[in-house]
Amino acid sequence: MVRPKLRLGIDVGGTNTDAVLMDGDKVLAWHKVATGQRITDAIVSAAGAVLQQGNAGPEQIFAVMLGTTQFTNAVIERRRLNRVAVLRLAAPATTAVPPMSDWPEDLKARVDGGHYLLRGGLEFDGREISALDEAEILAAAGEIRQSGIDAVAITSVFSPLDAEMEHRAEAILRRELPDAAVTLSHRIGRIGLLERENAAILNAALSDLAVRVVDAFTRAIKDLGLAAPLYISQNDGTLMTAAHAARYPVLTFASGPTNSMRGAAILSGLNDALVVDIGGTTTDVGLLLDGFPREAAMTVEVGGVRTNFRMPDLLALGLGGGSLVRDGGARIGPDSVGFELEQRALVFGGGDLTMSDVAVAGGQMAIGEPSKVAGIDGVEAALAQAVAMVREGLERVRPSAATLPVILVGGGAPILRGDTIGGGEIVRPEHGQVANAIGASIAMAGGECDRVFSLDGISREDAVTAAKAEAEAQAVEAGADAASVRIVEMDEIPLSYLPGNATRLRVKAVGDLQGASMGGGA
Amino acid sequence: MIEIGLDDLDDIALGATFLGTGGGGDPYIASLMTRRAIAEHGPVTMLSLEEIDDNALVFACGNMGAPTVAIEKIMAADQPPAAVLALESHLGRKADLLMAFEAGGSNSMMPIYNAAMLGKPMVDADGMGRAFPEMQMVTFSVYGALGSPFALASEHGDTTILDIEDDKRAEYIGRGIVIRMGARSAKASFPMDGRTAKRVAIPGTTSLCQAIGVNLRRSRAANRDPFSALIEMLSGTHYGHAKVLFRGKVTDLIRETRDGWAIGKVVIEEQGEGTLEIEFQNEFLVARQEGTLRAIVPDLICILDTEMAQPITTERLRYGQRVTVMAVSAPPIMRTEAALAVFGPVGFGLEDRFVPVEELP
Repeated sequence: MVRPKLRLGIDVGGTNTDAVLMDGDKVLAWHKVATGQRITDAIVSAAGAVLQQGNAGPEQIFAVMLGTTQFTNAVIERRRLNRVAVLRLAAPATTAVPPMSDWPEDLKARVDGGHYLLRGGLEFDGREISALDEAEILAAAGEIRQSGIDAVAITSVFSPLDAEMEHRAEAILRRELPDAAVTLSHRIGRIGLLERENAAILNAALSDLAVRVVDAFTRAIKDLGLAAPLYISQNDGTLMTAAHAARYPVLTFASGPTNSMRGAAILSGLNDALVVDIGGTTTDVGLLLDGFPREAAMTVEVGGVRTNFRMPDLLALGLGGGSLVRDGGARIGPDSVGFELEQRALVFGGGDLTMSDVAVAGGQMAIGEPSKVAGIDGVEAALAQAVAMVREGLERVRPSAATLPVILVGGGAPILRGDTIGGGEIVRPEHGQVANAIGASIAMAGGECDRVFSLDGISREDAVTAAKAEAEAQAVEAGADAASVRIVEMDEIPLSYLPGNATRLRVKAVGDLQGASMGGGA
Repeated sequence: MIEIGLDDLDDIALGATFLGTGGGGDPYIASLMTRRAIAEHGPVTMLSLEEIDDNALVFACGNMGAPTVAIEKIMAADQPPAAVLALESHLGRKADLLMAFEAGGSNSMMPIYNAAMLGKPMVDADGMGRAFPEMQMVTFSVYGALGSPFALASEHGDTTILDIEDDKRAEYIGRGIVIRMGARSAKASFPMDGRTAKRVAIPGTTSLCQAIGVNLRRSRAANRDPFSALIEMLSGTHYGHAKVLFRGKVTDLIRETRDGWAIGKVVIEEQGEGTLEIEFQNEFLVARQEGTLRAIVPDLICILDTEMAQPITTERLRYGQRVTVMAVSAPPIMRTEAALAVFGPVGFGLEDRFVPVEELP
């Protein structure tokens, strides 16, 4: 029997579900359908189509990789969320700012299931702030059980340094609440108590939905007759198992843009480049460094809540295939006809002049009926304005004066004309319109270390070595092939005012999924 | 006399980030603390220096610790008041008024927080007029008020009183205790009478934070050039002179730890305009364009995001950011020979002589 070697990449978006069938980094087939009401149906339909087009049987699929915006959308739309009880292990510290202090009122009203500021937590150097109090945790658990809440978020001060207290608190809590969905903050966030706690609460609030959605994914894979494992892509472009995603849905929050940038890298074969992803309403401009998106340094809000997820640093421009064109082409967007392009654009018989109409009139795009836009005004001006907008965006994202190639992807890519922009060559990879699903399909297993090291006892080199080893071990644990694991990012933040040169090291490692080979044949 | 209420806090925090000149810590958490304190206990009364009684007892309050710890180990609600109460108990006398020692960064919020929690009024003044890294770098100390006795409090309510006759040694010894307290301590210091405060404090700095915040917010809302609006506003204050030094993109960023400091250099470049180099030690210290001095401490060097005019702290600097660098002249009380000896270039080991920013190209 031939070893399975093909990958199925799926992107389940709010509007469309895309599927691609990949052999290594080669696209064998792709298909796009409307997501609609039933996710399972959309996946079966899109994935079924690519299997058929690619003439591939289920037994040839090595793994299914899926990216989704379902959980981000649930938070933004404030729907299908669990009520969450919050345990913070830190008292007497941190009482000046209780949990959810800075949440939007409407979201807080949906999610807040009470909070408990309990004894526990660590100092920066690993000492206990106070010892964990078992009776206190049991009392809180009893109250939570009585209120009927079944989702709990547990955060301990400095848990990214040492997570033992969060684990112990969970074990005690489970004596009273054996079936509760418990989120431990160190599993999803880094240093920054409020942001990490917020992420843990959001995760717990998504616990029921996560089980349902991941179940819908799993059912679709089964309906397709696939026996291959299902992976879900994370914010940072690495993968987690479906079971992990069902427990940590917030880790998918930024996977959409990350996947499209990773897809751009693989389609173009470029690891260091600027990426322009033109959609229906917006254009995302980002920077690829060593094949991964540069991350945002600032905190990122999701649905109005501050988090410190690893999110790609993107600049969003109000330019897309559906953007409305006004003033004889001098003004584009920021409003767009969005998913109604096929009803409202001139080339489809609608009444609105969009960027897609302009691109068709300019001979750059072939959709609808070109005769409907023959001889319209402002084509030249609008096409020039689109180039100017993207050039200005690139100028802001570009890391230095050195010119980098610009990879152009997304369904709206044809609205941008030319072979170069701002001195950089424009690369238009084939299949750029499904870069998202392709990015999901090539995602890797990753691991991270984020710890404060005191350089009193050890040298900086030893600390860096230890941090790298920890990140690599985490990547292997997440499913990476040990031989392929490499360090892709390292950040050092000195802790001012602490003598003994305490420093915070953040290291990220990634590797190919075990058993996979990017070369094509496994 | 004015009142500080919930609606004023975001503006004060924004202005305090500007006066933080790259350091001082993000006021976000401190402003959440203060929001809660005011929501619970009501608005805070703030008096100008002229309005306070000569015999009133004034404490300068704030925190001491590492900003990286501050974002993880948030303070206990009663921790800042514990420091004030400990110093009162040591002196055998209640403080009549609270004041900031540092108007820049997160410490800007602490007198407001304590005033709300303890039901005391505060004074619109501070000792730094911006942010500085060490306890002795205050006009209080320069003009003869002593930091000691001062109190430090941990989240456990543990307090300690230090009585040290030199503020630089007080910084050193106090820092050791702060580390044992877990690198986040509340502090009440520089007990002085109203007469002394009028002589040694920089007036109007909390309301200046608010004015800067209001100015930036309104410019954004009205789509006006925030930089020229801010320059115009500052020209009517005792800071007096403000200007845009440079506009460009961050093209290089070097950071290192030395003796517990976040020390580094940022290079900002603009085609046709050359490059501006800014050295920092927690705060921005000196700006040079192609070797020519453009601004130097204690004058304020502030880096703002060009698009939103959001002040950027050193830890949030990043390659590729489009930034506008502003320089603001420090008020006269911060530029005397005695003041420059403590927090002028020599206080940071710089070899340059201080030249007022308005006399520089």
